Amino acid sequence: MEFEDKNRAPVSQKLHTVARPENPDEIGGLITVQINEKKLSVPMGTTILEACKQAGIHIPTLCHHEDLCIAGVCRVCVVEVEGMKTLQASCAFPITSPVKIKTTSPKVRLARKTVLDLLISEHYGECYSCVRNNNCELQTLAKEYGVDGYPYGHVTEPKYEVDDSTPAIVRDMNKCVNCLRCVRTCIDLQEVGVLGALYRGDKTKIGTFMDSPLNEVVCIYCGQCIDRCPTGALHANDPRDEIWNAIDDPTKHVIIQTAPSPRAAIGEEFGLPAGTSLTGEMNTALRKIGFDRVFDTNFAADLTIMEEGTELLYRLYKKLALGDDSVMLPQFTSCCPGWVKYVEHFYPELENNLSSAKSPQQMFGAVLKTFYAQLAGIDPKDIVTVAVMPCSAKKFECNRPEMNDSGFKDIDYGLTTRELAQMIKEAGIYLPEMPKSEFDDPFGDASGAGLIFGATGGVMEAALRTVLEMVTNEKIENIFENANITPVRGFEGIRYAEIPITKVGKPPELIAKLIPDFEWLKGVTLKVAVAHGTANAKKIVENIKAGGKFSECHFIEIMACPGGCLGGGGQPIPTNEEIRKKRAEAIYAEEQTLNVRKCHENPKIIKIYSEFLTEGPLSEKSHKLLHTHYVNRGKVMLN
Amino acid sequence: MKKRNGKIIFSEYTPGSGLKKAFELSRQDILFELKTSQLRGRGGAGFPIATKWMLTAAAKSDEKYLICNADEGEPGTFKDRVLLNEYPELVFEGMVTGGYVIGAKTGILYLRGEYSYLLSQLNDFLEGMRKQNLLGKNILGKGFDFDIHIFLGQGAYVCGEETALIESLEGHRGEARNRPPFPVTTGLFGKPTVVNNVETLATVPHILLKGGEWYARFGTEKSKGTKLVSISGDCENPGVYEVEWGITIRELLELAGAKNLKAVQVGGASGICIDESQFGRKLAYEDLATGGSIIIFNKERNMLDALENFMEFFVEESCGQCTPCRIGNVKLLEAVRQMKDGGIPESGMKKYFDLAETMKLASKCGLGQSSPNPFVSIVKNFREEIFHKTV
Repeated sequence: MEFEDKNRAPVSQKLHTVARPENPDEIGGLITVQINEKKLSVPMGTTILEACKQAGIHIPTLCHHEDLCIAGVCRVCVVEVEGMKTLQASCAFPITSPVKIKTTSPKVRLARKTVLDLLISEHYGECYSCVRNNNCELQTLAKEYGVDGYPYGHVTEPKYEVDDSTPAIVRDMNKCVNCLRCVRTCIDLQEVGVLGALYRGDKTKIGTFMDSPLNEVVCIYCGQCIDRCPTGALHANDPRDEIWNAIDDPTKHVIIQTAPSPRAAIGEEFGLPAGTSLTGEMNTALRKIGFDRVFDTNFAADLTIMEEGTELLYRLYKKLALGDDSVMLPQFTSCCPGWVKYVEHFYPELENNLSSAKSPQQMFGAVLKTFYAQLAGIDPKDIVTVAVMPCSAKKFECNRPEMNDSGFKDIDYGLTTRELAQMIKEAGIYLPEMPKSEFDDPFGDASGAGLIFGATGGVMEAALRTVLEMVTNEKIENIFENANITPVRGFEGIRYAEIPITKVGKPPELIAKLIPDFEWLKGVTLKVAVAHGTANAKKIVENIKAGGKFSECHFIEIMACPGGCLGGGGQPIPTNEEIRKKRAEAIYAEEQTLNVRKCHENPKIIKIYSEFLTEGPLSEKSHKLLHTHYVNRGKVMLN
Repeated sequence: MKKRNGKIIFSEYTPGSGLKKAFELSRQDILFELKTSQLRGRGGAGFPIATKWMLTAAAKSDEKYLICNADEGEPGTFKDRVLLNEYPELVFEGMVTGGYVIGAKTGILYLRGEYSYLLSQLNDFLEGMRKQNLLGKNILGKGFDFDIHIFLGQGAYVCGEETALIESLEGHRGEARNRPPFPVTTGLFGKPTVVNNVETLATVPHILLKGGEWYARFGTEKSKGTKLVSISGDCENPGVYEVEWGITIRELLELAGAKNLKAVQVGGASGICIDESQFGRKLAYEDLATGGSIIIFNKERNMLDALENFMEFFVEESCGQCTPCRIGNVKLLEAVRQMKDGGIPESGMKKYFDLAETMKLASKCGLGQSSPNPFVSIVKNFREEIFHKTV
C-alpha cells in the first residue's frame, strides 16, 4: 500500500537513510569498522550506535529512543572517529565507509562528563522528590559517569510554572533536558504536533503553540510523550492522594476496575521482565490496599462489544437493507479516548463515524452506579469508582462533563499502571509474591475477547467473533481456527482484512427487534481495518476523505497509541517495540487459557441483558447509560 | 566606474563576460579551472569549491539547488554586503555558472535579514539579467535554464551555518542538521545542494576569464588568490580590502592606519584574539584562517569587556538544540563576568578550558565548536591583564 509521505519531522531530525543493500554480500554491502580493538563488519548505513551495540560495546545515550527519529542533540553518545576533528554523535552517524572508532578516549570521556555536568547544572529539583526517581535516564547517566558535584553550578529556583492544566498530563519544564523526545513523539511518531521547541539559545524550552497550557491546545492526551521522557519533566496527573482518602473513608465503597493492559505490564514496575502477567496477584494486592471490590474491565469490554457490535450491524442494516444514506460508514471504534479527541480536533466532520458506544471504562462506571448499586444496596453517591488504565487520556475521559449518565460521575478517578504500582509499593506489598485471587462478583467473569482489547486489533477481533456468530449462526471456530482471527493481529501500522459473508442465519433474540433478518448481508464482503498510533490513523482518515480504499470499509479499529493500549501513555517506562511485543504475547497467551472467549457468551453479559438492560443493546436504557456523544473541538481553541 | 582596487575581485570586469566564458567551456573544463585555481570556500571553513561542485554534479537527482549564503552574520564582517551592493554581477554570474556545472535549475540567494534594504536593487539587477538573457530560460541560447530567487533571513546568526540555512529555507527552525549526510548529497528538501559563500562565487567569473593557473599564482602554498577582509575597530581607515593571502597582521594594520594597539580579533566573534607579539602571523588557511573579519583593539580597551560582549552574542545566538552550545556559552559568559570581578583565580580556569574543549569537540555545528575561541584565546593571550591587574 502506497501512502504519500507526510512525515512532519524536519530532515535535521531524521536519520540519514543510506540505501541498505538487500544482500549484504554484494560489493560494498558490508563495511568493516574497528571499534576500539574490535573489528566487525556491518551493513552499509548502520549507525555507529547500532554497530557498537552489535559489538557489545555500551554507549550512553539520552536523546536517542528506538521508537523515534534522530535528533543528535544531547551529545552524550559522542565518539571519536579517526580522521575527524570533532567528536561525532554515534546515534546520528551512518557508516558508509570503513572507520576506526574510539568510544572511551580521553576526549570522549571529557566531553561526556562535561555534557552531563552541564545538563545537571540546569536540571531543577531533587531526585528523592521526583516521580522518576530510580527510573530516570539522567540520574542513571550521572551515576555511570560518577558525577559528584556541580562544577558549573546548579539551578536552585524553578524557572517555569508547572503546567497541570489537564487532568491527564503534567509538564514540568524545570526538569526538561531539551532532548526533544516528546517533540519527536508528538510531531513524528504520533503526527499530532502539539509540542515544539520555543525561543532559542539558553531560553529554549519545549512548549505548545503560543506557549499555551496544554488544555488550550490540540493535545489528545495520549501520553506517548510521557513514555519517552527520560526525566520527570512529563508525568501523568496523579490522583493517588484522593484515592487513598476515599479508601480511608469508611462511608465510601471504593471499587477498582482493572483494564487488560496494566496486568500484562505492571510486573515491569517490580523488576520482572516485560510480558509477565500478574492478573491474580494484582487482584490480591488491590484488596490488601483496601479496595472494597475488584472488578474486571474486560466485563465492560464484553458489554462494549455487545453495544458497538450491534451498532455496527444496525448501521449496516440501515444502510444496506434500508438504503438510509444518512448512516455513516465506516464505523470507527470509540474506546480509545485519545483517538476520540483526535477526531474531535482534527476531523470533526467524521464524528458521526465514531461508534456512540462509550468506552469499557465509562460503561462500567455507569453500570456500577446504577445496576451494581441496586444489587448491592449501596447509595451510588457513596460509591467511588477507580479505573486502572494503561492510559493518560482515560483521566481526561472520566472527567468529560457528559460522562455522568448515572446521575453521578461514572468514573471518579483514572489511575495509570505506574501510579497503581506506586500505591502497591506504598502499601508495602511486593506484587510478584502475592497469592493469586479472582475478580469479584457480580462481574467476576469476562471473556478472552475482552482481554485482547489491550492489543492493537483486539477490539476488532472481539467484535468480529461476536458479530460473525450473530450473523452466520456458525461457531467462529469453524471460520477461524481456534477463534484466532489472525489477519487483524500483529504490529503492522495499518492492517486490512476482507471477510466474505457467504451464509447468514437468524438474528439472535437480543437484537431481533432491531434487525429482523440478515438476508441483505448475504454475499457482502465485510471490509475491516485496524490502525494503531495516530500517525497511522491519519493515513486512514485522509484515505477515507479522498475516497480511497478505506472509505469502503465497514468497521475500523483505531487506537491512538503504538501497539494499542499495551503501549499506552500510562504504562511502565521504558517502552519500545520489543517490550510492546512481549506485553502483547502475555495478553494473547492468557487469552488462550480462558474458557469463555466471546463477549456474547460471557454469562455475566447474558445476566445483565436479562436483568437490567432487558430491552437489549441499543435500547433506550443502554443509550442513556452506555452511549455518548462527541464534541466538535476543532483545531483553534479560543477560550 | 568602481572606486575599489584589488588584484582579482576588485579588478576591472565587464558584466556578463564571465558567464559568456563559462558557456564556452564544458562543465568538466570549468571544474578543471577551479581545481587548478585551488579556490577554497570563503565562508571560513575553506572547503575546495571544485570538490564541492564535483560531488554535487555527480549526485544523481531530478532536482538540485545552488544556494548563495549571504547571511553575513559574523560580527565585524561586511565584505559580502559590499559585493552584493557594488559587484552583484560577479555573485550572480558565479551562481549561474555553479548551477550550470552541477545541473541545478534553481539558485537561491539567502540574504541576511538586516540587508533587506538591498532586496529591491538586487531583484532589479536580476530582472536586468533576465532581460539580457543571462538568467531565466535558455540562457545565452545555450539551452540551459536557471533562475535565482532571493530569500530573506530572519536575523538568526546560526542560519549562516549551511544546514541551519537549509532548514530555515524549508520553513523549520534554524537549527543545524546532523552531518553526514552533507548538503552535496542531501540538502534542500533532501536534494543535492551546493551552498557557497558570496565571495567564493564572486571569484569564479575572474578565474574563468583568466584561468585557474593565473589565479593560483597569488597567495601562499595552501591559500591561493586573494581574500576580502572587513577591517573595523580602532583604526583610521576601516573598510573592506582585497588582500593577497599571506599578508601579515602587521601589514593589514598599516593598511588600516591603526596605532597604539593591544589586540586583533581575527575571524570575527568566533575567531581568535591575538596580542602584539603575534602580529607577524599571516592570514592563511595554514596560519590564521578567517572568513574576513578583522577587529582592532587599541590599548584603551579592556579585553574582558570585549570578551563579555562576544559571549553575550553567542548566548543570544545559540540555536539551543545541543547541550554544549546551549548551556556551555552561558557558563563561559558567567565565568567572564566573575573574572571581571576578580572572582576566579587563574588556577580556577581549568574547568572552563575543559568546558571550552568539550564545546569545540562535541557541539553539533560550527557555532558551538567555534564560540569558545575568543574565550580561550583572550584568557590565554591576555592572562597578565586579566589575572595580574596592577591597579
